[in-house]
Amino acid sequence: MTETIEHAVDERTYAAWSRPLWWRVVMTREFAMIALLGIVYAWATGNVDNFDNPLTLYYLFLDVAPILMIALPMTLVIITGGIDLSVASVMGLSSVLLGIFHVDLGMSLPVAALFAIAAGVLCGCFNGFLVGYVGLPPLAVTIGSLALFRGIAVGLLGTEAITDFPDRWSDLARERIVEGSSYPVVLAPIVVLIVAFALLLHYSPFGRGIYEIGLNEQAARFSGVDVQRTKLILYALSGAVAAFAGIYYTLRYGSARGDNAEYLELQIVAAVLLGGVSIFGGRGALHGVIAGVLLIGVLQSALRLESVSSNVINIVIGVLLVLSVISTSFLSWVSGLRATRRRSPAGAARPDGSPGDRGPTNPAG
Amino acid sequence: MKFQNRRMAAVAALTLVAGLGLSACGSDSEGGGGSDGEASITLLPKNLGNPYFDASRTGAQNAAEEFGGAVEEVGPETATPDSQVSFINTAAQQGVDSLVVSANDPTAICDALTEASDAGVGVVTFDSDTDAECRDVFVSQADAQGIATKQVELIADQIGGKGKIAILSAAANATNQNAWIELMEQDLADNYPDIELVDTVYGDDDDQKSFDETEALLQRHSDLAGIVSPTTVGIAAAARYLSSSQYQGKVALTGLGTPNQMRPYIEDGTVTAFALWNPQDLGYLAAYTANALAAGDISGEEGDTFTAGDLGEYTVGEDGVVLLGDPFVFDESNIDDFDF
Repeated sequence: MTETIEHAVDERTYAAWSRPLWWRVVMTREFAMIALLGIVYAWATGNVDNFDNPLTLYYLFLDVAPILMIALPMTLVIITGGIDLSVASVMGLSSVLLGIFHVDLGMSLPVAALFAIAAGVLCGCFNGFLVGYVGLPPLAVTIGSLALFRGIAVGLLGTEAITDFPDRWSDLARERIVEGSSYPVVLAPIVVLIVAFALLLHYSPFGRGIYEIGLNEQAARFSGVDVQRTKLILYALSGAVAAFAGIYYTLRYGSARGDNAEYLELQIVAAVLLGGVSIFGGRGALHGVIAGVLLIGVLQSALRLESVSSNVINIVIGVLLVLSVISTSFLSWVSGLRATRRRSPAGAARPDGSPGDRGPTNPAG
Repeated sequence: MKFQNRRMAAVAALTLVAGLGLSACGSDSEGGGGSDGEASITLLPKNLGNPYFDASRTGAQNAAEEFGGAVEEVGPETATPDSQVSFINTAAQQGVDSLVVSANDPTAICDALTEASDAGVGVVTFDSDTDAECRDVFVSQADAQGIATKQVELIADQIGGKGKIAILSAAANATNQNAWIELMEQDLADNYPDIELVDTVYGDDDDQKSFDETEALLQRHSDLAGIVSPTTVGIAAAARYLSSSQYQGKVALTGLGTPNQMRPYIEDGTVTAFALWNPQDLGYLAAYTANALAAGDISGEEGDTFTAGDLGEYTVGEDGVVLLGDPFVFDESNIDDFDF
């Protein structure tokens, strides 16, 4: 069965198997993303007034922190072929719960935060149960829970905001690791999360199972992957991290509101796709996603400094996203053509018969 | 295969060269945003595309032309505090001289404003204030006493100084509405013995409910002479009811409204005059305040004075508040000069 999976590995990678290691690294989608990030960063440093201000990087990290955190579990979810659109609503809900637990029920802030994270895990389990065990489509389930969780959040607090958080904690959300540096404290949990998710996705059997589910769920099931449990765990992780990001967001802005982080899910999904994760599942890597998130952050920061209005910034990011998806499809179409040509005499371009292509490789299928 | 390898390598090389070229040609850029003699001011309204704030921007730009500064408007599409923070951060990065902001939340944007202040930016709030310690000066459109007095004066004029009146307010627990109503009651009791306040009803700033409450009010009090609605939603709904009823022109209506909402009712005679502040003047004063702050003429201390162009001399009051003045009265003669 593992043989079947290996056949479904991206054919460009397969074709490049014989080439040297550095070539295989350089010619990946992820590397292109990192290179683009470097180019845009270099351009902004040279051409955008005040981009070299030490505050720029500091604010950039503060801004992308919640997106970066949630993009990690989101990557895993999307690689399984799923999606979690409810994350921003979970952030809003955890924000409201943090406010209510802390201010109305008088819990200390860390305890209130633990309860809020527990609520996030529950939200994730709700999604994961419906997707994994009931077998409903992830898009439909999480659009539903997007509205449901946001509704609960706004229902609990109305249009009010809770703003009495202890200074100690709200300062911590914006504190720098070293006084005067550009690195806020929030980078510490982010680095921990990155390491944890990288180990989980790229260096564990559980991670291999995630790719297998995305490539061919049926095959993954036959090869012994517990598909249902894997999905439940991933959505629960997504809920937990979203709730944590919601707490950070609340403390950073010093305000618990039902409409906190509204529409942030779109930026998160955009960053993940920009980072080279296939929306059809089975393909993607965390370093590409991290580059994608940072690219959006750098672009936003540079364009804001150039006084470009926020709807134009959205247009730029939207165009970038569409171009990146087009280029991916185009590349896999090209490599698909080549692969077909190369193997056509045998007539077995896809021995596993999986629909694992991510482009119009096989128009008849 | 060989050929494709070479082509790929060429593309990679080109990308690198382009990247280097791009970063190299940027080295001649200037640093620093402000401090070149003219005050650079960033105007941050609650949200963009709001006619009220468009009017303030016009005022601020007029002011900047007079004192030779530059006003740049930035802002979020939705009026939420988190969306304002990134614009405040950007102003801090740019090192503008002053930031003029209408706060979407009194505390949520405080930390960002404090950081901007630490980076040397003068912080002025206008229209909607933050906690006093988060900014240098608040340019207030009107104070409660001014609003209450003006509304009582308007209704007294319109009903000839005697008769029964009622108030159509927003929510029963709206702090500012209740403060105004209390001051109006006081003013009526002290200065208008022939006017009787018979009822206060609440439309919750909901158009339909305000409309229904107006109808109920007129059914309960057949001899009502006038209605005061100190809320823009309420006054518009009440005017709509009156304009299509037998009471049009017989029952007076005034309060706080916006010219665009009230224009048809001024034109058809349902309403003769109502009040609000002039957002253009508010933006004008805010820009002059920001300029005075940047120039070091004022620091936000009580008693500081400065001159705001055509509007004249202003003094910073308690808690660093600069008051625009009495509410502005809109009537047939001037309503077409406004678009918000």
